[in-house]
Amino acid sequence: MEAGRTLAMGQDEAVDGGRQSVEAPFGRALARLGQSHPDIVGLTADLGKYTDILPFRDAFPERFFNVGMAEQNLVAVAAGLARTGKVPFATTYGVFATRRAYDFIAIALAHSNLNVRIVAGLPGLTTGYGGTHQAIEDLALMRMIPGLTIIDPCDATEIEAATEAIAEHQGPVYMRLLRGSVPVVFEPGYRFEIGKAGRLRGGPDVGIISTGFMTERALDAADALRKQGISAGVLHVPTIKPFDAEAVAEFAAGVGHIVTAENHVVVGGLASLVVETLFDAGIAKTVTRIGLPDRYIECGAVPTLQAKYGLTTDAVIATIAALN
Amino acid sequence: MPRNSPPGTADIGALERKATQLRRHMLTMARGQGQGYIGQGLGIADALAALYFHELRYDPHNLAWPDRDRFLLSTGHYSIALWAALTEAGIIPVEELVTYGADNSRLEMSTLDTTPGVEMIGGSLGHGLGQGVGQALGLRVDRSDARVFVELSDGEMQEGSTWEAAMSASHFKLDGLVALIDCNGIQADGPVVLDMEPVAGKWRAFGWETFEIDGNDMTAVVGALASARQRNGKPKAIVLRTLPGKGVPRIESSEKSHFFRIDVAQWGGIIAEFEKSAGAGP
Repeated sequence: MEAGRTLAMGQDEAVDGGRQSVEAPFGRALARLGQSHPDIVGLTADLGKYTDILPFRDAFPERFFNVGMAEQNLVAVAAGLARTGKVPFATTYGVFATRRAYDFIAIALAHSNLNVRIVAGLPGLTTGYGGTHQAIEDLALMRMIPGLTIIDPCDATEIEAATEAIAEHQGPVYMRLLRGSVPVVFEPGYRFEIGKAGRLRGGPDVGIISTGFMTERALDAADALRKQGISAGVLHVPTIKPFDAEAVAEFAAGVGHIVTAENHVVVGGLASLVVETLFDAGIAKTVTRIGLPDRYIECGAVPTLQAKYGLTTDAVIATIAALN
Repeated sequence: MPRNSPPGTADIGALERKATQLRRHMLTMARGQGQGYIGQGLGIADALAALYFHELRYDPHNLAWPDRDRFLLSTGHYSIALWAALTEAGIIPVEELVTYGADNSRLEMSTLDTTPGVEMIGGSLGHGLGQGVGQALGLRVDRSDARVFVELSDGEMQEGSTWEAAMSASHFKLDGLVALIDCNGIQADGPVVLDMEPVAGKWRAFGWETFEIDGNDMTAVVGALASARQRNGKPKAIVLRTLPGKGVPRIESSEKSHFFRIDVAQWGGIIAEFEKSAGAGP
C-alpha cells in the first residue's frame, strides 16, 4: 500500500486526477435513450448493480431481463432479442463476457452481425480482485472477432456519447465500461464518432497514442512535460475496432518518438495495432509501450496496482522523460 | 397460408406421407455427395413434418413476417432435415437438393443463417435454446402471440448453456416456448457417451411442462404439440425418442449413424430399401 492510502482491496479508483465526476454515466445515458428508442432492451447476468444499468431497469422494467449468473445465456438471449428487432444492451464484467461467452459473441452475435451491445465492467486494472476480475486481455480477445466494434472510452462524457452512438450502430459492439463515479475529462461539446481517433495535443517531440482512461493520464502527462520543455502530442483512439489506421499513421509520421498507453496487456491490444499500422504504412520508428505485462496481476488496492504497473500520470511522465 | 391447419384437425395419414416425402428429399441430398447426416435427418423427419405442415404458423411467401412462429434448429448438422422441410414448404426449389454439401451450395451440411427460412446459426451446440428464450422474450415485449420452437438433441444437453437457458425460460414463464429434444441415442463418439437419463425428469425439475413420446409416431407427435399449445405459464419440453436412420433398415442398424459416407454403387440399394419400407408403411 502507498503511504496514506486506506482503500480496501478491490475498491475502485479509476480517477487519477482532481477532476469533477459523474455518477453512472452509462446507466443515465441508457435510461435517457430508452425514451426515444423503444427497441432498446437491457440485460445483465447478476451484475446490474455493479454495471450501472439499474437506471434503465427502473425506467423500463418490462424491457429489462436479469438472466442470473449465466454469461453464455446472457449473450444467447440478447441474440434472440436482436432477432426480433430489439437493440439489447447486455452488461457483465469484461472477464466473464470475453472468457466465458466467447463462442456466443463470435457465433451468435458477430457471425450474424446482430445489434447486440456487450457493456463490460472492470476493464484492465480497475479492480483489485486479481486475475479473476481484471479484464486485462479483453481487447485482444475481442479484436479477433470479425465485424465486432470495440470501444474503450476515456471518461464520463465519452461514455455517454458512445452509448448514444452505439444505440444507432448496425452490428455487434463490445464497449468497456467505467462505472460508478467517473471523471469528466472532455468538455460537453466533445464529439465521439465510432472508428475515429482524435488528436488532442500537438507534439512533435513525442507522440502518445492512447485509449481508455490512459488518455486522461496522457493529457496530464503532456501538460506536465510541456513545463519541462518536452512537447508531447496525444492521439486518443477510443475505437479499437475498426481501427483508425489513417489517423494513427498520420500522427506517427509527425512526431519523433511514439509511446502507446493502454489499460490492457501490451500484447494484442492498442500497442499491437499501432505497430501493425506503422509497419503497414512503412513508418520505421521506435514504439515504447505503456500497459500491463503479459502475466496475471495480483490483488490489492487499485491505486497501488496502477502505480506499480505504470498506469498513472507520473509513470507516463517518467517513461517519456527517460526517452529524451 | 399462415396456419397450416386449424388446431385439432390433423390428418395423420397426410402428415405421415409428408414425413415420407421429407425422407425422400433427404436421400436425394445425401446421394449428391455420397455423405451427410442422414441418420439424424431420417430420425427427426416425423417431427419436422408435423411442425411445418400442421403446427407452425408461417407464410412461405413472407419469411420475415414478425408474427410468425419460429423454428430454431440448434443442431446445425441436422440441416438435411430442415432443407427437406423448407423444400416441401416451397421455400427452397426441389432442384437444389442435389447440391447439399457441395461447394457454393446454400444447403450446407451445418446451417448458416444466410439460407432462406433459417432462424439461427446452428452447429456450435448449446446455442439454440438461449436464443429461443431471447426470441420469446422479444415477442412478449411486442405483445405477439407467436411461439418459438427449438430443436435440440440428447448429446447437446451435455452443453451447460442448455441448462442456463432452461433455467431462464421457466423463470421468465415463457409458455410460448417449446423445446423438442431429439433423443436418438447417438453422438459424435458413438452411442451417447454421458448418460443423460432421466431426460424428462431433468426438464421437469427445471420447471418445464414435459411430454415424452415416440418421436416416430405421428399421432403421438401431433398430440404432444397440441398439448404444448397451452399458455399456462410454463415452457414446454417434448422429449422425442427417435430411431436414427428411420425408414432405411440398413442405416437404422448401422453403428456409424452419426455421419454416413456411402459408396455410389450402394445408393440404388438404399433408395430401393427406403421405397420398399415406405410402400409397406403408411
